[in-house]
Parts: sequence; C-alpha cells; structure tokens
Amino acid sequence: MSAPLLSVKDLAVTFDFQRRGAWPWTPPLKLQAVGGVSFDLAPGECLGVVGESGSGKSTLARAIVGTVPSSAGKIVFEGRDLASLDEEARRVHRKDVQMIFQDPLAALNPRMTVADIIAEPLITHFPATSKAEARARVAELMERVGLLPNLMNRYPHEFSGGQCQRIGIARALILKPKLLLCDEPVSALDVSVRAQVVNLLKELQRDLGLSMIFIAHDLSVVKHISDRIVVMYLGRLMEQASSRTLTTRPQHPYTQALIASVPIPDPVLEKARVRPVIEGELPSPLNPPSGCVFRTRCPKAEASCAAKLPEILDLGQGHLVACPFHAEQSAFAAA
Amino acid sequence: MLLSKATTAAVANAADRAQTEGRSLWKDARIRFFRNKAASLAFYVLIAITLFAIFGGYLAHWDNETIDWPLMGNVSELGGPSFENGHYFGVDDLGRDLFARTVQGTRISLLVGIIGALIAVVVGTLYGATSGYYGGRVDSLMMRTVDILMAVPFMFVLILLLVIFGQSILMIFIGIGLISWLDMARIARGQTLTIKNKEFVEAAVATGVRPMNIITRHIVPNLAGIVIVYSTLLIPSMIITESFISFLGLGVQEPDTSLGALISKGASQMQYGVIWQLLFPLFFFIITLFAFFFVGDGLRDALDPKDR
Amino acid sequence: MLLEVQDLKVTFTTGDGPVNAVNGVSFGIDTGQTLAIVGESGSGKSQTAYAAMGLLARNGTATGNVRFDGRDLLHLSQNDLNKVRAQEIAMIFQDPMTSLNPYLRISEQMAEVLTLHKGMSKRDAVTEAVKMLDAVRIPDARARITMYPHEFSGGMRQRIMIAMALLCRPRLLIADEPTTALDVTVQAQIMQLLGDIRRDFGTAIVLITHDLGVVAGFCDRTMVMYGGQVMEEGTTEDVFARPVHPYTVGLLRAVPRLDRDDGELQTIAGEPPDMSRLPAGCPFSPRCSIAKPRCEGTRPTLVHMSDFMGQDRRRACHADLSEVA
Repeated sequence: MSAPLLSVKDLAVTFDFQRRGAWPWTPPLKLQAVGGVSFDLAPGECLGVVGESGSGKSTLARAIVGTVPSSAGKIVFEGRDLASLDEEARRVHRKDVQMIFQDPLAALNPRMTVADIIAEPLITHFPATSKAEARARVAELMERVGLLPNLMNRYPHEFSGGQCQRIGIARALILKPKLLLCDEPVSALDVSVRAQVVNLLKELQRDLGLSMIFIAHDLSVVKHISDRIVVMYLGRLMEQASSRTLTTRPQHPYTQALIASVPIPDPVLEKARVRPVIEGELPSPLNPPSGCVFRTRCPKAEASCAAKLPEILDLGQGHLVACPFHAEQSAFAAA
Repeated sequence: MLLSKATTAAVANAADRAQTEGRSLWKDARIRFFRNKAASLAFYVLIAITLFAIFGGYLAHWDNETIDWPLMGNVSELGGPSFENGHYFGVDDLGRDLFARTVQGTRISLLVGIIGALIAVVVGTLYGATSGYYGGRVDSLMMRTVDILMAVPFMFVLILLLVIFGQSILMIFIGIGLISWLDMARIARGQTLTIKNKEFVEAAVATGVRPMNIITRHIVPNLAGIVIVYSTLLIPSMIITESFISFLGLGVQEPDTSLGALISKGASQMQYGVIWQLLFPLFFFIITLFAFFFVGDGLRDALDPKDR
Repeated sequence: MLLEVQDLKVTFTTGDGPVNAVNGVSFGIDTGQTLAIVGESGSGKSQTAYAAMGLLARNGTATGNVRFDGRDLLHLSQNDLNKVRAQEIAMIFQDPMTSLNPYLRISEQMAEVLTLHKGMSKRDAVTEAVKMLDAVRIPDARARITMYPHEFSGGMRQRIMIAMALLCRPRLLIADEPTTALDVTVQAQIMQLLGDIRRDFGTAIVLITHDLGVVAGFCDRTMVMYGGQVMEEGTTEDVFARPVHPYTVGLLRAVPRLDRDDGELQTIAGEPPDMSRLPAGCPFSPRCSIAKPRCEGTRPTLVHMSDFMGQDRRRACHADLSEVA
C-alpha cells in the first residue's frame, strides 16, 4: 500500500458540557464524542463510516475538517499533523479537504446566488481570481455535476433537494481538493434522487482520483460506494474491513446486529429472515458503559467486558475487530 | 460521460422556465408584501408623509418663523385654518403658520426616528452578530456590557445630557443613538446563535473563510429580515421618545420644532378654543406611527412566511 | 372492507394558487390486513391518510368517498368523526413528540384517553395503561409511567405512542413514517412490535413510508404513489417481483442492496414533481424512459389488470406490459 493520504491515530474529541443550572465556575462535564479512533486512507480510496446517531461519526468528520477541535491523537494529512497546527497554518490546508453536508438546502446560504456559493472557496483561497475567471470555473463545475450553468444566478430555494446537493458538491470540488468528506450526503434525499447523487459521487471520485470518506447511517449505501468500511458505536471503532468482507462475514456482534436490522427490499427474503434483534438503545454518551461500550446491548457480553476496553484485533487483510469473542456469522440466514 | 449528460438533460427539463435571473428571497418578500393590502397602503402613506416633510415647505405660503402680526392678537377667532390668508392649518399662539411648522416638525421627528434606528441597525447588528458568532467569553463580556447599559435609566441620562450640554437636536441624536442599539444587539445576537449552527456557516468555516467575512457575508444578510422588521418598529418608538422629551420642554429648541413639541404646545392652548393647534400635529403623529406599525407587520409576514 | 377510499382528491389553496396534492386515489384494506403506501416526498401518501381521517391542514379540502365500516368519514359531523378517530382508527407519526404533551406525565396522558372514551375510572385507566405499556415492551412500565415524555429515548417514545394509539383497541392503525427518525436497530425493534400487535390484536395497519425495505418485511399489499396518484397496487410479493409500472421498476433498481453486489445503480432521471405544476398527463411522464406523446397528454387511469397471473393487481400506465418489464 502506498503512503496514506490521511492517517488518523487515536483520535479523540471531547466536548465540554455545562450542566444546566450549574454555577459558571463549576467544571463542565466531559462528553467524549469520539475516542481512540485510528484508520488510514489511501489516495483514491473511499472509506465508509457507519454508525447510528450518537456514534460520533459526524464528529469524526468535523474533527478531520477542523470545525471541531480534537482533544487527543493525530490527524496526519500528507505527512503533516493537522491537529497540531494553529488556526492560521491550518487555513492553508483547508482547500485540500472539503466537505459535503447532510441537509442540502441548509448548507447553502439562502441570500447568496448559486454562483457566489460555488465560487466562495475559490475567492477565499485565491482572492486574486477575476470575476470572469470565477464564473467560468463555476459554469464548468455546474456542468460537471449535472446542473445547467445558466441557472447560476438563481437562489438555493429555487432548486430541489437533489439539485441543492449537486450545488454543494460543486462548491466542494472547485478547489480541486484531495479529500472529500461526505456527511450523510444522501439521507435527506428522495429514493429516486439518492441513486443519482450516489452515482455522481462515485463517478467524480473515480474520474478526479479523489479520496473520500463517506459517512452514513445507511449501511446499504455505504457498502455500495465504499472500498472499506469502519463501524462505529458510541464514539468507538467496532470493526473495520473491506466492504465486501464486512457485509458478508461480519465478526463483531454489533456489526452483525446492524446488518441484521437493515431491511432488504425483497419480500420473500425479508419475511423469511431470522433476525437477532438487539434490545435497548444507545446509552448516554455522558455516562458511557465501562469497558466495551457495546456490552450493555451485546448478546455475547460477559463479565470481563466491563473491565477494560477490548483490544483491537487484526484478523489479517486489514480486518480489525474490537471484540475478543468475535465470530463469523452471516446475517442473511433464512429460516 | 453518458450519465452526466442524461442528468443534465433531466435538470434542463425540470427548469425549462430558465431565464438566467433568479428570484431572490428579497424579491419574493416584496411580492408578498404588496399582496398585503393594509401594509402596502401604509407604505404609500409613509411615502406621502416623507414627501410632505421634505417638500411641504414649498407649498406653504408662510415660513415657520414669520409672525403674522394682524392675527396674533386674536388667534382664536382669526387664526383658524383658512385658504384665504394662506394659513392652511391655521396659526399657532404666536401667530406663526402652523402648516409650515407641522412640515418642519414632521421632518425633525422622522429624522430623529430614522437616524436613531439607523444607529441601532448598524451598531446593534454588528455588535450582536460579533458577540453571537464568537460566543463563549467574548459573548459573555459583550452581552454583560449591554446588560449594564440597559440597567441605566435611559430617560434620566438623556435628560441629564440635555440639561448639562444644552438642548439641541444633536444632543438628542447622541442620546437616542447611545441606547437605541442595545435591544437590537440582543435580538441580533439571539438570531446569530441560531444562524451560526446552520450548515452553510459550517461549510464556510470548513473552507477557511475568515470570521469577519463569515459575519458580513453569511450572518448579517440572514439577520437582515428580523433587523428590518424590528427597525420599522423602532422608528416610531424613537419618535415617541423624542416627542416625550419635547413634551417635557427639553427637546428641540425654538424656532425649530417637532411633532412632540407642537402637540405639547397645542395641548396647553386647548382651553382657548384653538383646538386645531393640537389636532393637526396629532393627526400627522398618529398617521406616521400607524403607518410604521402596519409596514412593520407587513414586513414581518413577508420576510418570514412560515409564521403565518 | 374495513376502510374503503374511492376517488379521493385533496386540494390546498395557497398564495400561489391551488395545489392538487392527491388526485383520485382509491384503495381498500380488510380487517387484520397490512397495506403499505409507498412514495417519495410530494407523492401525496401522507395527505391521503390525513384526508381520510379529516386531519387536513385548514387550507385543504378533500372530495371523494371514504368509507370506514360503512360510514362516510368525509361527511361525518365533527363529533362523530372524533369518536371514530378516538376509538376505531388510531394514527402514529414520525415524530412522537408532536402528539405527546411535554408537560404531562405519560400516565395522565394515557389515562385521559381511557377515562374520556371508555368512561373508566382513573385507577382502572392507569392499570390498563400499564398493561398496554407492557404490551409494547417498555421495561418497568409500572414505575416509568409517571415519567414525562422527554425522559424517554426516541425509540421508547415511539413505543409509548403506539401504546397510546392502541389503548382503545382500534381496528385500524395508520402509521405515518413511524421509523424514519429512528436508528436501524431501533427500527427493527419497532417493526417487530408492530407485527406482533397486528397478530395479537388483529389490527389492520396502513404503513406510510418511503423505505422499500420496511415494506418488504411487513406488508401484505403495497400501493405505490407518485405525484398524488396511485401508480400501481398489488400484493407486496408480486409488486416487488413483477412491478408493472415503470416508476416502480426504476425505484426498485435505484435502491442499493446489502445482500448482493449491485453494480452501477440504475437511476430515474430528473427530480420529483412540483405539485403546483403537475404535467397534464401522467405525473411520471417527464421522468419516464418509455414515455410516449400520449403519456404527456392524457392521464392514465388506475385499472384492474384482468387475469394477471391470477393476482389482484391494479396499475395506471399507458404502456404495454411487455415494455415495462
């Protein structure tokens, strides 16, 4: 494997959380949104991150982009640790890492025209760009993402959700970034439009040689677009493997439960499926379980799970799993 | 690429109404505003009042300082509104033309209202947006400052200012300007807190846009709606404040006048059978305030259609 | 038929003119059956249900024929309609907080339903409510019934909603995107619960959703809507295995599947329709790959397909069956 473009090591993000009604000087509670997450991303690779709400997957993306400060660990991008840079030094690197957001309309300033929105990163990093040049670039990109350039003077509210997401993609690409972070880019879109955007992202990634981190709660979409998948739960990494291995031969009990919960749009298969539904819901991140964070819902949990964080085991070929009782289990067994 | 061609074609299809110009939120709001009958009528009334304040002087037969000596002795009988002697609104207790004085008073009152609101808009919005955007300690410090200023009894300070530095329009502007932005800063800050959590601000931060540009480009334009609505309600309250000061006799100095001063004078002369001296300024005062309130209401509905 | 809807139309008057959200929808559901209404945003799937229950927003009007157990719901007096809604038809929503009062304890809210509609004493009502919470598997229901809605997690709130909906033992439950706001593992729990309820109480369920996967595992019959019209309807197995409308075909191909390699996803070009400017013909025609001039001009009607492999199928499409597949 060539040198990774991005290498995240033991990343942790902690939020201060002021208890309501507390005195201003009482020390705030610490909420660990992400803890001890490590992975590498090769150039041109697409890494999927799945997890339910509260799993810390969005916070992870924000820490990499730098809108949320990390509290520990390293974010090494092209050999440089972004987490250690100050705000001014980091600004230079921001043009290489761009992000696409979940709510396509909310991610666009309603008072700006589409052209101004797409051109903003360009004029921020290259203030010398002439207006005509910026317009030409905007037109080129709009065409690239499947929008008519003659719509560039319109405002976001005049576009549908799918089109707004295309505008967001154009904005993210105008600086020719090396890494694109997609935070739930299709979950707010209609089913028929979702496939269009997924295909567009896939195609752009291939044609432009982009590295991509694709974050979503929908495992089917993540599996479709990613080369490798990281499964997160309550801020911790549970399992990491190639998307094929992960979906066909999951090892971690949580991954297995997750896959079992995803409904398959095939009535015959779906109605015949035995699904070991896991009980309960995500515990509060303010008061996470000791040891393995999944143990409170885990069917295989034993007393030892509460003692300490499970080690991350390497099963070969980049298949990592954070569970000592891991065992292969197909989630598609029919009764 | 086959796919992108197909999607471009489809998008073209969906947007075949394509002229290249978009309909901005402002334009939408304008259309909605003029659909509101009461608000658009009030808007035209305001324009008429403004024109009256600016150009009314040219219609007047008399200027606002000249005393019509023959009338002075017997104002209650000869000084009423009349077209023959050119005193359309009659004369005041000193025999000066009330029409000219009402024009002048309206002008001063509008000026006080608009300048006061303008200071509030510029200072308050920037202050509030900055405070809200930076948050944390900066926010606490800036907002506590506002709290402290608000705790100072403002009418008392204003009167003190006028007494110490002498009565002048300038002093009124300074006094009103000093306090008018406080509420606006609070409102702007509150809104900023919501806007700064929107994804488009995050997108700008992630791209590396500098904080000052984020405030001016992303936050302030999105505050504009609420700021405009609030300032249309602020203008009348400024006018009322000025009128109150003038009513106390501390405001504008003779021969200048304001609607408040005229009303005060008119009220004190009421028992001598010169009711027009009260009614004409009062009419303009009430009409102006009502017009501003209706316009403010209309703007609120137009700029924030979700509230209906 | 327990619920029979015929030629239902819903129109909203807005500042920009009338919007026809639902245009002639017909369907029926039998006791104990499950029907899925599948569609994207703006397909009119939710408004169909709201109209049938008399819950439209104030600027909406519904015409047509909605019969519940023989009674015409559209022309019922407000009083009678309330009675039907409270005791025989229940509805659950995407966001449970919209129908739970944040300032009242769960016990008060649930007991109120029973004291009001069943004339139970407060004490009996609470006992019954606890029983119902047990039925939706809320652990430690007796103690937790005195808590406030915000003290429960999203999945638990949805369970409480379901429990409240079931208090009067309704014969029909309308579930509007009940799991859209929930995580997949919790979604699986809720869907399993709904399945058990149907089995144990014999409740007919109308499931309104955009998620084909949820439909596949749960519903007897599936009705696909687009642009305020029914595109096709049939048994779930049949609709998924042999879709007879180009929209359904496209939809099924556009969804990535976890259980197999998808290759390139097939897309439906274009965007969902703008309901205020629907095409004169088939609403799907601007995006349909096999659309003919006729499709743009005349709206296809929903017709029973005679002898479709012995199945009860309906569809609204001008194209030949051979072209669709």
